Amino acid sequence: MDHFARLGLPAALDLEPAALDKAYFTLQRQWHPDRFVAKPPEQRAKASTEAAALNDAYRTLKDPLSRAFYLASLKGVEMPADGKTIDDPDLLVEAMDAREELHEASSVAEVDALASFAREDLQKALAGLPSLFLANDKAAIRKTLLRLRYLDKFAEEARSRRANLANLTDKRGKA
Amino acid sequence: MTLLEIYEPGETPLPHAGEGTLAVGIDLGTTNSVVAIAREGVPAALHDETGKALVPSVVGYPSAGGLVVGEEARLLMAREPRNVVASVKRLMGRGASDLHTVAGVLPYEVEPGTGQTDMVKLRIGGKARSPVEISAEILKALRARAEAALEKPVERAVITVPAYFDDAARTATRDAARVAGLEVLRLVNEPTAAALAYGLDKGSEGLYAVYDLGGGTFDFSLLRLEKGVFQVLATGGDTALGGDDFDRAIAERLLAERKRDGLKDLVDEGAVKNALALARQMKEQLSDRDRTSGRLELGGKPSFHALASGEFEPMIAAHIERTLEIARHVLADAGMTADDIQGVVLVGGSTRVPLVRAEVAGMIGKPALTDIDPDEVVALGAALQAEALTGGGPQGEEGTLLLDVTPLSLGLETMGGLVEKVVPRNTPIPVQLAQEFTTYQDGQTAMAIHVVQGEREMVDDCRSLARFELTGIPPMTAGAARIRITFAVDADGRLTVSAEERTTGVAQRIEGRPSYGRSQDDMADMLYDSLDNAEADMTRRLLAEARVEARRNLLALEAALDKDGGLLSSEERAALDVARARVEAAIAGEGRDEINAAAEALDALSKPFAERRMDRGIREALSGLSMTDLQERVGE
Repeated sequence: MDHFARLGLPAALDLEPAALDKAYFTLQRQWHPDRFVAKPPEQRAKASTEAAALNDAYRTLKDPLSRAFYLASLKGVEMPADGKTIDDPDLLVEAMDAREELHEASSVAEVDALASFAREDLQKALAGLPSLFLANDKAAIRKTLLRLRYLDKFAEEARSRRANLANLTDKRGKA
Repeated sequence: MTLLEIYEPGETPLPHAGEGTLAVGIDLGTTNSVVAIAREGVPAALHDETGKALVPSVVGYPSAGGLVVGEEARLLMAREPRNVVASVKRLMGRGASDLHTVAGVLPYEVEPGTGQTDMVKLRIGGKARSPVEISAEILKALRARAEAALEKPVERAVITVPAYFDDAARTATRDAARVAGLEVLRLVNEPTAAALAYGLDKGSEGLYAVYDLGGGTFDFSLLRLEKGVFQVLATGGDTALGGDDFDRAIAERLLAERKRDGLKDLVDEGAVKNALALARQMKEQLSDRDRTSGRLELGGKPSFHALASGEFEPMIAAHIERTLEIARHVLADAGMTADDIQGVVLVGGSTRVPLVRAEVAGMIGKPALTDIDPDEVVALGAALQAEALTGGGPQGEEGTLLLDVTPLSLGLETMGGLVEKVVPRNTPIPVQLAQEFTTYQDGQTAMAIHVVQGEREMVDDCRSLARFELTGIPPMTAGAARIRITFAVDADGRLTVSAEERTTGVAQRIEGRPSYGRSQDDMADMLYDSLDNAEADMTRRLLAEARVEARRNLLALEAALDKDGGLLSSEERAALDVARARVEAAIAGEGRDEINAAAEALDALSKPFAERRMDRGIREALSGLSMTDLQERVGE
């Protein structure tokens, strides 16, 4: 059973957070192991498996990015495994330039600016996805998802770079 | 196929066992413990005959024989300090490797454990006793108090643990309950229990924060409340931060004032203890007035000290700022801001300090919820959960449902000492997540599996939970085997790891037990280190990855050379060997760019060889993954 079906939701990119929560809470009320404390072992095992599957489904669908990746995989879009080299030359150039800028950024403000650009880009790319899914344009979906994955990672890197810079400034301040 | 069960056999509650007896909630604290019961959704702490709810978490073995727990044991401490144990919770699930963190802090002898588990033992009252055994004595006393108050047998309980308690500490807590004759219905995280006490009381909905500042630990959790569902969104903390730090700050000031006044003190353990006792008293007095004073006598020389709130507050501001910083990290983890928070629940005695209340309220922008006694709130929440689990209280749509999360990431060691996270922190539990791994060398038949917990990128910086070996993998080319490793975390937050080779379905069962290991303090440190060290980690990770990648390609090339070396002229072979040696040398060094440069040079040089192999391969039918690897490299 796919994650959408498990939660009784239509397999769509557009998902109301409140509808997702409602479906998830209702099913967890039914299956959470706390409801099976005094039940026979086989029922408890079944509840545990169901609750775990619900948690997996909820976690996957809650985040818009992970939901988009999951839906793409259901639609048969082949993605390179996480951590593999970027195979899109345009994106490769963009990524290298951005990482260099991040590496050279010497203040928290500069890092913040880069991160905020990345976040804007991410939102834009996410907003463009539904029409691609509608057109079932697998190549374009793949290209956009790859870029989204990169932007997400970049935001993470910016966050750690920021923490490091802030730390350095802190220590200098104290010295 | 289960390879490793980090789980104690024989503790699973029997169905229908203990029905008809009462289920209580227990806050098994570091300093004090509380037992409570809920009836029809109304919880109450159980008091002793003098009206006290708090039971000091102290166990004494008097020289005259027998055993005392609680207040009596605390009184015994003055007379027979070597026969009394306090703060045993700090040792739950800790191993010999933790001794450095507790040695010197605790006033009794600690010795490494022996036999199956590595948990430390305490030499107390002339006998080695385990923390599980000592905690069980506290639980027995709580059980006896409950049975006396309720006039009914009590055999089942919900016990609270810090959100940061790791697998070993959770298992040790369950063990202690079993020794005390209590069936544990569920281990509930302390902040979750506190929210439970408030949530049901108020029927509140929305996002709530729990700020728990005890004597020595700090926890911050974000929970969403909706129609009886308590969903933990994120949690974080520091197990070496609390009210004890405030006491120390005041005590240092007291000793400095004496020195300034020309008193020459011998600052020994006794002097520090006395100064700390006065410091604590002054701190507590400042909770309801603006200034206080006290008298300190050391070595027969008295001194008088005054302290105003305006002086005290700057002394503790940095500690409070640290708690707010952790709170901000937790908010960021959940993708929330302070504006999203509806209210904040205060737990722990240290939240009585007015500056703590003010700063927390200031950060959240709303006044803190304080109407339940912060010392009892955790036990009250546990009691409510105990009632809910035993079929009492509101049911169905009205009933309470707790959806908790994993506090720390769980993962596996991969090549080069890197950690591959399988279950990220703040994942809702129960959960079952799997990841596929593969072999690294041609013909590899065994794989070492090392389970770790923590946020850092390198294995050495995380906590090791267990190691085992998967053997009997059928020999295949490198990368062909598909080994699926599954992590299952149950509703108590305990982990089971299983593995399976997917191409052939190799099944081999191996069981393991938790390696009682590092301390809770280390866990909090590990989490916050990971934020501080993220960039350094990334550099190390990239270096380690470059090494792994280069080594993999060397192996693939070696295999190809063994098979088709004849396709090369002796000059070509010699040039290739030089390039191979350069890669080896670069791998031994610390430069990622050097490794990549040498690997690229080798790639370029081996390209004609790969092409010739390809030509031959078309004739002979392509075989083996090493060949494919080589092609992929060249194709990049």
